Amino acid sequence: MERLAPESPEETEEAVATALAEGRPLEILGRGSKRGFGRPVVADVLLSTERLSGITLYEPGELVMSAGAGTPLAEIEAALAEHRQELAFEPADYGPISGGEAGVQTIGGVFACNLSGPRRIRAGAARDHLLGLRCVTGFGRAIKTGGRVMKNVTGYDLCKLLTGSFGTLAVVTELTFKVLPAAETEGTLLIRGDLEIDLLAALRAAMGTPFDVSGAALLPVATAARSTVAAVAGAGRAVAALRVEGPAPSVRYRLERLTAVLTGEGRDFASLEAEDSRRLWREIRDLSPLPGEGCLWRLSIPPTAGGALASRFADLAPDRLYDWAGGLVWLAVPEVSAAEAAELREAFAGCGGHATLVRAPEAVRAEIEVFQPQPAPLAALGRRVKRSFDPERILNRGRMYRDC
Amino acid sequence: MQIALPEPDPGILARRGKIVADLRRIVPGEGVIDHPDELRAYESDGLTAYRNPPLVVVLPETTSQVAAILRYCREEGVRVVPRGAGTSLSGGALPLADGVLLGMSKFDRILDIDFENRTVTAQPGVTNLGITRAVEHAGFYYAPDPSSQIACTIGGNVAENSGGVHCLKYGLTTNNILGLELVTTDGEILRLGGKHLDAEGYDLLGLLTGSEGLLAVVTEVTVRILRAPETARAVLMAFDSVVRAGDCVASIIGNGIIPAGLEMMDKPAINAAEDFCGAGYPREAEALLICELDGPAAEVEHLIGTVTAIARQHGAFFTKASESEEERLRFWAGRKNAFPAVGRISPDYYCMDGTIPRGRLAEVLAGIREMSERFGLGVANVFHAGDGNLHPLILYDANEPGQLEKAEAFGAEILELCVEVGGVLTGEHGVGIEKRDLMPVMFDEEDLNQQQRVKCAFDPTQILNPGKMFPELHRCAELGRVHVHRGRTRFPDLPRF
Ligand SMILES: Cc1cc2nc3c(=O)[nH]c(=O)nc-3n(C[C@H](O)[C@H](O)[C@H](O)COP(=O)(O)OP(=O)(O)OC[C@H]3O[C@@H](n4cnc5c(N)ncnc54)[C@H](O)[C@@H]3O)c2cc1C
Repeated sequence: MERLAPESPEETEEAVATALAEGRPLEILGRGSKRGFGRPVVADVLLSTERLSGITLYEPGELVMSAGAGTPLAEIEAALAEHRQELAFEPADYGPISGGEAGVQTIGGVFACNLSGPRRIRAGAARDHLLGLRCVTGFGRAIKTGGRVMKNVTGYDLCKLLTGSFGTLAVVTELTFKVLPAAETEGTLLIRGDLEIDLLAALRAAMGTPFDVSGAALLPVATAARSTVAAVAGAGRAVAALRVEGPAPSVRYRLERLTAVLTGEGRDFASLEAEDSRRLWREIRDLSPLPGEGCLWRLSIPPTAGGALASRFADLAPDRLYDWAGGLVWLAVPEVSAAEAAELREAFAGCGGHATLVRAPEAVRAEIEVFQPQPAPLAALGRRVKRSFDPERILNRGRMYRDC
Repeated sequence: MQIALPEPDPGILARRGKIVADLRRIVPGEGVIDHPDELRAYESDGLTAYRNPPLVVVLPETTSQVAAILRYCREEGVRVVPRGAGTSLSGGALPLADGVLLGMSKFDRILDIDFENRTVTAQPGVTNLGITRAVEHAGFYYAPDPSSQIACTIGGNVAENSGGVHCLKYGLTTNNILGLELVTTDGEILRLGGKHLDAEGYDLLGLLTGSEGLLAVVTEVTVRILRAPETARAVLMAFDSVVRAGDCVASIIGNGIIPAGLEMMDKPAINAAEDFCGAGYPREAEALLICELDGPAAEVEHLIGTVTAIARQHGAFFTKASESEEERLRFWAGRKNAFPAVGRISPDYYCMDGTIPRGRLAEVLAGIREMSERFGLGVANVFHAGDGNLHPLILYDANEPGQLEKAEAFGAEILELCVEVGGVLTGEHGVGIEKRDLMPVMFDEEDLNQQQRVKCAFDPTQILNPGKMFPELHRCAELGRVHVHRGRTRFPDLPRF
């Protein structure tokens, strides 16, 4: 297979226009860390953005940064750290759980997959932080959308549409995004108990307090045992974790108040200081306490549904993890057949939400839908949107849905 | 009125009687309005310089009626303009003489309040404030708070992606919406999102938000609600120059503080607000900052100390922190009523809405002052300083011949300046009819063609709100054509990896 790595937006335009003229579909990637996420792509040529790399604008006082799509996230995070800033949506690194290395992914890949970590419940998703971009559509034309300022409603918000489109609409060449001050410090309240349903209820209750919780996760007992944080691993029970961030006295105060509000029978409390807290949330973000092999499902559902289905999930997957106050469920299962996939989707279909098969052997991903199937009229609209950007389907053909 | 609407179709005008009768079959009773006197109530929105009575007004009550109306209009080739409360400042809801005005005012019920999932599901005609009112007894609120919140609808907020003084910390409408029900022009009823986060396919929810009624009609909205902070206090800070005030804003944010709100007003705006509601602003100030801090009491107290110290370093000659909820609301009253306050000192005003990189504020304000002298029209500035969204209010008198045209030319120059310094044409009010012809200042033809292709994916016959947002309407078939450059060699000299 030919492997192209254009070094400029113009070369990217050239590559796509040529592919279009020759009818040769492209697989778009950054550095390939999430290549196994989605359906296998039908392509003739690989096109990597990795040489569209480098930070082109960083104004800490304006809370804004621009970078080539192929810029390693690690480079961006290092530059931000120098100014005590961060990407507030806390992008996860799924390199290791996808069988690869940590620290490989590019900023383009982060936005293309709309990957957001535990802080998503407070700070929003990747899609909420993208301000503008330049890209090449499947028409082989370079376009721009959005801008570099915080508030902008000039024209359609194509940034939202492109975030999470897995490279199926356009090849993004440059992104401009919002950056925010990092919190002074953080702390985590651990609630240990035997009843997952009760702990999930505690997480939801915490989100309804004014204490500005920025992480709300639950590690069932087997998952907790694989943490490297002693207070979690040694609990011998399921562990709910609530993170608060801010100035030290405020963190202390809010942890105390949360403890007071959530005190109840069968709940046993402990807390983590900043260093352990950071370590735990990094584990939760990157899913490191889950097994590195087998299939992995990701469910985004209403938090109460997570509670209602907890015992069902326990039957399905002994290894699992809840984030986003129960609204995000990760289920690690040994293997999955088309029938099992359908059964799982059935299980929570009534409560709203969607399931994605994030990790599975290629043959399985080719056979079953990786992303949640949509009702026919919505799927048809999705196809029309795809065609409006990429009429000949030369960009990541089949990655999201078979016919997209 | 300088910006032209699409030419009315004489065939449609001639069939008016039949169209009204057909619509009455879909929406019986009072829901179809065709008397010229009654139509006048709908002839404009918040951009009052533009007036144009619609062909007919329809006020459906159910989603299936909306679907039937859209299906009918698409089959008959009749244009449709959706309308919420009609407070748009960009003419987004301005009717078309040959178009149906689809009023959503009867969709006024809250359908579901779910504290555990922290959501409210409402029909689109519920007011923005109506959502907060429905949940405040339990200590919750809906964060985006446009100054028009008593009147404007959540459906209009979705269409415009509206902001408010608290969106610096809590986001715009788009960051606070979880689900939509919508109807496309083929009469399909679709659901996007729900009570869960993020989309399973393309983020159509994000695309719909801010689409100005051009893609689909929204019939239900699910929003995220938040628990109100324990404490919220506002600080007033007065400066003898806008440059100093601007530096103070940069310094607050540079110190890692993201306040709940951070607003600036210039001298004419300060004085208008004082005359209007006596908020306690020092009239001698050239620039006033209002900074709101929220969270636990101790943290707020600490932050007020930091912010006040920063203000002093930047030469603030007056600082005052609110000591009670009543005082906090008074501090905000002047800012929130800035538009009506300016309305009292001038027969008419024209509100602009550009966003700029904050660091360019002094330069842009100097530019505006120069233009003000050149055009001979006064201007008062209110500014969402934290996020760089500028609202110059141009003062004019529509009864004086030529003044409206002058105000419009002045406004266009301001927006061009915003784009020139790296900003955008509109931060929260939308393009609508008003800024339609300025779109090429920001976007080239390819950019705009791609936006219109997206429009075609939803509305291939372009019956929904045509004449808004795009300076030129291309036929969808033409936009969809692929231009292949034959004779390309195979990926000529492109680098490999
Ligand atoms: C005094 C004043 C202060 C204001 N302050 C602010 C402010 O602080 N921040 C801010 O962002 N805006 C502000 N605005 C502007 C305005 O209030 C907002 O844009 C508001 O969201 C419009 O809501 P509406 O219900 O009045 O919509 P309308 O004006 O009726 O319509 C606006 C647009 O939405 C479309 N639309 C309406 N309902 C639907 C629906 N159900 N489905 C599809 N499309 C629909 C219309 O076609 C139109 O394009 C202010 C306006 C005024 C007059």
